[in-house]
Amino acid sequence: MVLKIFFPQCCNIADSGLLIGHWIPGHNSAVVLAVVHYPFIPGQVKKYLNQMQSQSQVHLTVLGSWSMPKEGKEGMDSFLKDLSTIFPQKCWLQLSREIGKTGFTCQVVQNDGKLLQDRKEKNDDDSSEEDKIIFVHYDQRKVMLSQLHPVQEVSQKSEIEPSELRLVFQTVAQSQPLFFLDKYDDGPLKLTHWQSEGREASIIAELLKQASVPVCIFLTWLLSLWHWFCSFRILHSWPVLFISSKLSTCVQSGYRGVHFKTVFSPQKAATHMDFMRKANIFVSFLVDIALGLLLVSWLYRENRISKLADTLVPVADRVAKELQELLEWLMGAPAGLKMNRALDQVLGRFFLYHIHLWISYIHLMSPFIERILWYVGLSACLGLTFALSILSDIVALLTFHIYCFYVYGARLYCLKIYGLSSLWRLFRGKKWNVLRQRVDSCSYDLDQLFIGTLLFMILLFLLPTTALYYLVFTLLRLVVVLFQGVIHLSVDFINSFPLFAIGLRICRPYRLAEGVKFKVLCQEPGTPLHLMMEINPLKFSSVLQCYRTPTYSGYPKDSWAALSKKLFVGELIYPWKQKTTKTD
Amino acid sequence: MAEEEFTDINGNSISLDCQTHSAFCREFTVTAPKLSLRKVMVCTCFIWLFAYAIFFLTENTAVLSSAIILTLAGMMIHIHFVKVDHETLLIIGSLGIQLSSSYASGRESTTFIEMSKLKDIVINEAVYMHSIIYYLCILIKDPAEPETVASVVPLFQSSKPRLNCLVQVYRSCQEILAETR
Repeated sequence: MVLKIFFPQCCNIADSGLLIGHWIPGHNSAVVLAVVHYPFIPGQVKKYLNQMQSQSQVHLTVLGSWSMPKEGKEGMDSFLKDLSTIFPQKCWLQLSREIGKTGFTCQVVQNDGKLLQDRKEKNDDDSSEEDKIIFVHYDQRKVMLSQLHPVQEVSQKSEIEPSELRLVFQTVAQSQPLFFLDKYDDGPLKLTHWQSEGREASIIAELLKQASVPVCIFLTWLLSLWHWFCSFRILHSWPVLFISSKLSTCVQSGYRGVHFKTVFSPQKAATHMDFMRKANIFVSFLVDIALGLLLVSWLYRENRISKLADTLVPVADRVAKELQELLEWLMGAPAGLKMNRALDQVLGRFFLYHIHLWISYIHLMSPFIERILWYVGLSACLGLTFALSILSDIVALLTFHIYCFYVYGARLYCLKIYGLSSLWRLFRGKKWNVLRQRVDSCSYDLDQLFIGTLLFMILLFLLPTTALYYLVFTLLRLVVVLFQGVIHLSVDFINSFPLFAIGLRICRPYRLAEGVKFKVLCQEPGTPLHLMMEINPLKFSSVLQCYRTPTYSGYPKDSWAALSKKLFVGELIYPWKQKTTKTD
Repeated sequence: MAEEEFTDINGNSISLDCQTHSAFCREFTVTAPKLSLRKVMVCTCFIWLFAYAIFFLTENTAVLSSAIILTLAGMMIHIHFVKVDHETLLIIGSLGIQLSSSYASGRESTTFIEMSKLKDIVINEAVYMHSIIYYLCILIKDPAEPETVASVVPLFQSSKPRLNCLVQVYRSCQEILAETR
């Protein structure tokens, strides 16, 4: 077996002493975590290790000795061998450096005092045995902070045994309490590890940590107030619920509430995924607010609101006028088609009356529109997503007539299609058996057949007229749905984009590790193989996939084929968000 | 430390560089030929002549500037994402196998496969366009059932060396695997 020793880079130039670390069970490898310097009292080292072990849950042991040559300190070899009797181990490593060489030499002493690899003896033998040691150098800080993907938490016991590298990462991350002792601490022991030059900390981060708990408690209290307000019975009556489920602003605010609940919960995030979710939501919330404030500052300058209101009414008027012209065109002979004149006139007048109602409604509203816009624009302070949702709602309200036309057209068309299909069955001497859910043959009377055929002919000849109206209004409706869909997608994007994870990937690539990569360090004859372990950062696509916040509306559930079938049969289609609630 | 000349499946010459770091650590580097200047020149000339022809017909200078931007962007994308300069296979006994490919722009993409996940290294056959080619691949164990193969990772995907080169890499890999198992 090949012995693998994971050695921290910071200990390369440490003074002589004892190696403290962990043997990875099941694998023939050792992780060196720190070096304890001379002079030390063995009893204190054992006590310190026991204390650390209870704090970090890592089985810490003395792995062996480390000797760094200096002038005037020769003849340590016998002393190092004697140490192995003080700290009884199955395997005792003796690492040593020589002046003028970059590589280390390593001797492994088994428990019975036999030297497994003694270079002096083996020199005349074949040297295959002596090379069976790999030194893997690692950056302790980066390995401690990084998170291997796919994420597998320490606490959750899965059936799959964690791999060796994962165990190394876990060991280094768990032994964090070991790294708190630095050289400014007065203690019986002097250690070398990545923080031994002084502890790494930031005052701002510590202050924020201290402040975050009371702030979270206060915000949770505010949230509970909001929930109490939402739980009034009047808000749960049918019309309010129905309307609020249709308005995207209400849906967005409910969603924001759920987000706040996760972010402001006073409990500490237990797992890495929880922490990342919290951070992602928090950062995207901040960015959302910032974008919203930018929008507000742009909107409320230079009297833009009133300009907007002044353009909005003429636009609505214009749309209504265009619709009127379209209807008049349809009532004649559109594209040279000859329609059923009576039905055409009836439908056209019906829709014209609707448009008339709509125009009067708009004109009734027009004095108040500026004020409404002014107040609605303030909602952008809550975030860009709110502003976009409100825009979507305004579009939905302003195009309500198009929606109405579409529904009328679709219902009429649907009725005709169903009538035609059942009469077509009658025409062929068949009927739909509801109990068995299939088409059975049936013998009809002569009268039934006569009436049925007559109705079939009438419906068939009237179909093109209705189909034309249906087609035109469906196209109009689809334009509106497309616009709303784009708005919903952008809101969704802002809500779910993992900004924090992307930022972490850019600024601290080692924090999210996909794996490791090895580099062979320069090779000197007579020394074991030295490898450098670097962290391979996660790909951007996997960051997106892994940390995307789940949202309420996904992509359209229906495929394009299902959608076009629905359109052909005349079933109502809804914007994406509402459709998901509809299918439930 | 031996460098030998081989050819890839299209007959272009590639070089295989074997480095033995120790008894159980070897590195194989397959270097593809460099981006030939003639090809780049021909491609650029073709695009620019085409753009000039369109410019001659339409008299719109935007065509020329967009052609320049297009060639520059296309070249950057080509050397950054498409053109692989050399591919390296580093096999370390009892630790794992590392595959890395470095692109012409210097970008490197690396994956490391641990020994515990690795089942074997084999030479496989594949139908590629109208011919049958050989390629070296790593078989990955299914973590739930160690006997079955969960996935296959092909090696030297962009340089595609011929069988004689693959056999050489295969033999030395198998030596190391047999030694350290």
